[in-house]
Amino acid sequence: MEVKVLGPGCTKCKKLYEQVDQSIKQLGLSATLAKVEKIEEIMGYGVLATPALVINGEVKVSGRLPSAAELSSWLTTAAMAG
Amino acid sequence: MTTTPECACSCGSSPSGKSDKPKFHEVLGSLAAVAAWWLVYRNLETFAKWFTYRVLRMGQGSHLGAAVEFLVYEAPKVLLLLTLVVFGVGIVRSFFTPERTRKLLAGRRESVGNVLAALLGTVTPFCSCSAVPLFIGFVTTGVPLGVTFSFLISAPMVNEVALVLLFGLFGWKVAALYLGTGLAIAMIAGWTIGRLHLEGWVEDWVYKVNTGAAGGAGEAPTTWRDRIRYGRDAVKDIVGKVWPYVVAGIVVGAGIHGYVPENFMASIMGKSAWWSVPVAVLLGVPMYSNAAGIIPIVQALLGKGAALGTVLAFMMAVIGLSLPEAIILRKVLKLKLIAVFFGVVGFGILVVGYLFNLVM
Repeated sequence: MEVKVLGPGCTKCKKLYEQVDQSIKQLGLSATLAKVEKIEEIMGYGVLATPALVINGEVKVSGRLPSAAELSSWLTTAAMAG
Repeated sequence: MTTTPECACSCGSSPSGKSDKPKFHEVLGSLAAVAAWWLVYRNLETFAKWFTYRVLRMGQGSHLGAAVEFLVYEAPKVLLLLTLVVFGVGIVRSFFTPERTRKLLAGRRESVGNVLAALLGTVTPFCSCSAVPLFIGFVTTGVPLGVTFSFLISAPMVNEVALVLLFGLFGWKVAALYLGTGLAIAMIAGWTIGRLHLEGWVEDWVYKVNTGAAGGAGEAPTTWRDRIRYGRDAVKDIVGKVWPYVVAGIVVGAGIHGYVPENFMASIMGKSAWWSVPVAVLLGVPMYSNAAGIIPIVQALLGKGAALGTVLAFMMAVIGLSLPEAIILRKVLKLKLIAVFFGVVGFGILVVGYLFNLVM
């Protein structure tokens, strides 16, 4: 599973990264977590607001921090799908 | 230079619920909250009098009594109003995602587009750290440059927290003035920038960016249950962050109310000093504060006899034009365009300042 946090480095973006990192560890999933800070690359996902979360190429959320429940449900669903 | 300035904004966090149907106890809870709000709000004035003069046994008509009564009445009143409005705005914002706003603005003619963009700027969730992706996302999908600017100007400058505080502390007239003039500046400044045809002063790479055609938005709240949570989280986020500023402002206000002689500031920031408006704007630009932080200053200045137009200009310059935002936008705009942007908006603020000093 490939997880990306998009954001140029504002407070909320760092928070989202930590949140995702923690959630992955807690759930014991195997995933590569990357932080995308280059604006050209961020724009490639078509998001208008940061932070944004991308799981396996799909934008899950943008412009807000998801709840822990939302996050773990996305992660587990994506992990089960392969 | 890759550091991004911190931004004093709140992109809300909102959990989305599993089931759509609100539970019975949730409905009951909401109704009880509304009833409690109304009861407390209605009885605040009586309570403040009773508390000040009966419980604390302060002398009627004394300076200290007047100050305490002001504080005990105003602080909860403004916080109650703030909670209600932030909640309401939170719910409204759950309807206006940036993606939806872009769709509404894409391909719009100017003028109509500028008006619409300024209005949408007030209700679309926006934070200055997202200014760059938003700017690129707008201009590469057919939103005219001037219309994009109308949005970018109105989004930070017309702020619901400032609106509530102005309403609560100075009445509806001042609040309406702020809302009306803020929108007018955003519309006219954006339209002017559009007329100047400055597309060439946008960094060249911006128009070449390949923005994902699908337009990833993720999941936006769709059910009423989600929207109410969105509103509640906005309250937690925004009111939780700004209440100390609000209380501090009211404490200052209470002090002024009871003690400081009126017309203290009149000679420096009064109507007669013509240079006070440009000085207020020049002072305001490098200062960076959120709306809640600036209101205590506004209150102190107005209370000491500063002219309304001058103070309004100062406030708009602080929250509408900020250096950190300029640094963030430098990634996508050439310096010349940033200068035009600040120049046009600054000029608009000046006009507003003089206008109000003239008519009020």
